[in-house]
Amino acid sequence: MVKLIEGIPVMRPYVDLDNQGYWDAIKNHKLVLQHCNNCNKFIHPPRPMCPGCRSQDTLEWKESSGRGIIYSFIMFTSPKMAYPAYELPYAVVLVEMEEGSRICANTHEIEPDEIYIGMPVEVMFEDLPDGQSVFRFKKREA
Amino acid sequence: MAIENVKDRAVIVGIGVVNFSTDIGRTEWYTACQAIKLAAEDAGMNIEDIDGMVKSVDDGPDPTYTMKGLGIDNLLYHSENHWGTSAMMNAVHAVAGGLCNYCVYYQTAHRASGPERCISDFLVAREFRDDSLDMVRYDFFSPFGLIGEPGYVAMMYRRYIHETGISPQQLGWVPVVASENAAKNPNAIFYNKPISIDDYMQSKLIADPIRELDCAPKVDGSIAIVITTPERARALKQKPAIITSVASGMAPEGQLYTSYSRDVITDLPEMKNMAKRLYRIAGIGPEEIRVAMLDDTFSPYVPLQLEALGMEAQSGRADSLPLESLRLCVRFEAPRRIRWQVLIQSLLPAEPEARPTA
Amino acid sequence: MLQEYVDRKYRRDNKPPVEANLIKNRTAIVGIGQTSYTKNSGRDELDLACEAIRNAVDDAGLKISDIDGFDTFILDRLALPMLVNALGIPDVAFSGEVSGGGGAGCAVAMHAAAAVVTGQANYVCVYRSLNEASGHRYGRGDDFIEYMPVALTPNYAYTWPLGFVTPLGWAGVWGKRWMYEFGITREQIGWWPVVLREYAQNNPDAMFYGRPMTHQDYMESPMIVDPLKLHDCCVNTDGAAAYIVTTVERARDLRQKPAIILAASQSCPIEQEIQTVYQRPIISGLVETWYVGQELYRVGECGPDDIDVAQLYDPYSIGGIIQLEELGFCERGEGGKFIEGGDNIRIDGKIPCNTAGGLLSEAYLHGYNLVIEGVRQIRGTSYNQVKDVELSLVTAGPGVQSSGIILRG
Repeated sequence: MVKLIEGIPVMRPYVDLDNQGYWDAIKNHKLVLQHCNNCNKFIHPPRPMCPGCRSQDTLEWKESSGRGIIYSFIMFTSPKMAYPAYELPYAVVLVEMEEGSRICANTHEIEPDEIYIGMPVEVMFEDLPDGQSVFRFKKREA
Repeated sequence: MAIENVKDRAVIVGIGVVNFSTDIGRTEWYTACQAIKLAAEDAGMNIEDIDGMVKSVDDGPDPTYTMKGLGIDNLLYHSENHWGTSAMMNAVHAVAGGLCNYCVYYQTAHRASGPERCISDFLVAREFRDDSLDMVRYDFFSPFGLIGEPGYVAMMYRRYIHETGISPQQLGWVPVVASENAAKNPNAIFYNKPISIDDYMQSKLIADPIRELDCAPKVDGSIAIVITTPERARALKQKPAIITSVASGMAPEGQLYTSYSRDVITDLPEMKNMAKRLYRIAGIGPEEIRVAMLDDTFSPYVPLQLEALGMEAQSGRADSLPLESLRLCVRFEAPRRIRWQVLIQSLLPAEPEARPTA
Repeated sequence: MLQEYVDRKYRRDNKPPVEANLIKNRTAIVGIGQTSYTKNSGRDELDLACEAIRNAVDDAGLKISDIDGFDTFILDRLALPMLVNALGIPDVAFSGEVSGGGGAGCAVAMHAAAAVVTGQANYVCVYRSLNEASGHRYGRGDDFIEYMPVALTPNYAYTWPLGFVTPLGWAGVWGKRWMYEFGITREQIGWWPVVLREYAQNNPDAMFYGRPMTHQDYMESPMIVDPLKLHDCCVNTDGAAAYIVTTVERARDLRQKPAIILAASQSCPIEQEIQTVYQRPIISGLVETWYVGQELYRVGECGPDDIDVAQLYDPYSIGGIIQLEELGFCERGEGGKFIEGGDNIRIDGKIPCNTAGGLLSEAYLHGYNLVIEGVRQIRGTSYNQVKDVELSLVTAGPGVQSSGIILRG
């Protein structure tokens, strides 16, 4: 349901060597999560060291199932605190993925009053006019 | 009762150095975590026991980042400073004051490989600083093309030459001696690359009279130091380096490299203020110092510091500069411009030991 | 990870022993100063800071030249050298800065106290100067967006491009989850800003002095970022505040009754970010505030029942109410019920809170005004003076690396 306002560019992510895999995958319409092979745990946001075993070379990218449930959300309703590139109102959801990590995103084809905590969602991708790809969450059957 | 001072109340028990490089190929976040891990291993302590972190805010990731990598439960103390490395003062009062057990002083800077690898919230600080009221100051220099630190220092250095008659052949010994030390230090950028006074004289003038070899090379690197109390140090692996004294100072009309409004501009009054306190706390004088690590970001500041620290007695008059006798070490990230601080570590070796690198 | 928080069992054995804590009972806040709080000061931050510092120095009965230390936040438009030059201070023996925005609100006092008690300085001035209403705003995203095609840091990349650019929004996410998990209603939350506004009516310095608000006004106010309404949000302010920290020995010779620091603590728990603390097992609580409170009570050898008055950092109402839970004034999840009707936080209630109006109704001076009100309660000079105050608690920003302080007479 996020609608772009023409002419205002959407901010791009800050890509560095620690999170490159994450953002590159989104370009290819895949959602990956950082995973420590030693601890067998998913880590988000991506980082250079596993907080469990403090290893710097057992981290790799694993594709996420893309499924999760909405853990919390907010709705931007006033221009006072909102981002000028999106039409109001727009929602930001915090989704708890099946892997356990919680990821923030906008929604796709979900009406503002439909959103509730516990709603099952899955990831989808969209190419923006400025060439960047983003991921959003849409409804799914539980 | 408050304690009179911090003399001998804090010790350094572990150091971690990530190999200095001109293109490290990692993020600052990565090497910061690496350096802290190395320091904790060096100390022989558990990383999860770290409960304090201090740093200078200018470069590198702040504690919220490093903690996320290191998996530390909670910090009881953290601080981030501009305007110099008074972070060490914070670390010392934190452990001496019983606010935390093990405080890590870490500093990461990937200035050689550039901002695309300088990854951290420090950028936020930099954004705000560009908006700082302090920036109006530069309007008095920038319109005339006086831009950049070598130029600011050159202005002072020219006056210093005029007042003391020091020659480039004399000052050249600062980088030459430093490079002699570095040649034996496998961690150094100038490892196995000693320079001669002729090399110095032939090096490019950046802002006459400042030469290329008068300026510290930009590096990528990361260091971490673990500070704790003398009592806790007993249970750890290394011989502790006792922090006998730590101090900082300021003086009127001080500005970053451009304290041109003072009566005398070839002087470091903030350093004199600092030195007075530093020696008073330690209860010693300059003659008892065996080795000194001085900020040599720009070599003209070395003789000025020797004067301010009262060390010219050992090295002769500063303006005659027999610096060959003084063993200087190439420092990684030196203390900064307007405020100065020196840690007296009589127990630290003259040259940093080569540390295993990951 | 964070199991001790979930279990509400604070690990004490790996902390420095209480007797090693030199700050406790040995340091004090001896002078407080502020400028007027306005929507448009018409002056720059340097000018405001000098006025507040001069007021604090006068209040303590000191001279400007006695000040030999400074402490403040890292995000500051003032550069220390220019402040020192403007004040004409000959030498500064200690200066410190702390990150974490409002979370550093009490950490600066703690660092100042540590500096004076270890002989690093004699009188440390803690200051903050802002033109947040008329000039530079710290808590708002659009300042950045105008010239920012790429998110500022790797961490912001996960939120900012989503149109999720303000602390208000980031906090709304955990606020919403808190409301969901414990069935907190908007009516309940409304009592926090309403009571604070009542306090502000007695405080002529407050931004909202002379502008009362009923609970109905609150309910009718517009939604800014669901779940936060206009009156849930702090009031942007131009102004400055400062206070002086020294040792209790020196405090005896000074003009004012010292507000002695019983305990001060900082916390930066795991997975800490600037408000976007979403990876913790529980996001419906403020882990950093819980750690701060536990450490304060450990060092101060007291508990929530001993606290007579509290100033809780409330950039938005939910931040204040969850802190009531985390500091033990009520059970976890009971904040909504506790606040209902507002009596518990009124002047003769169980725990009077933000008695000058707090960040919502007095001024948003990043918590400095809360410390100053905490000191006034000890001196007995508050506009809303609580009777027989022995212990006065002040906290700093929730959802970021935080801090807190307990003052005593």
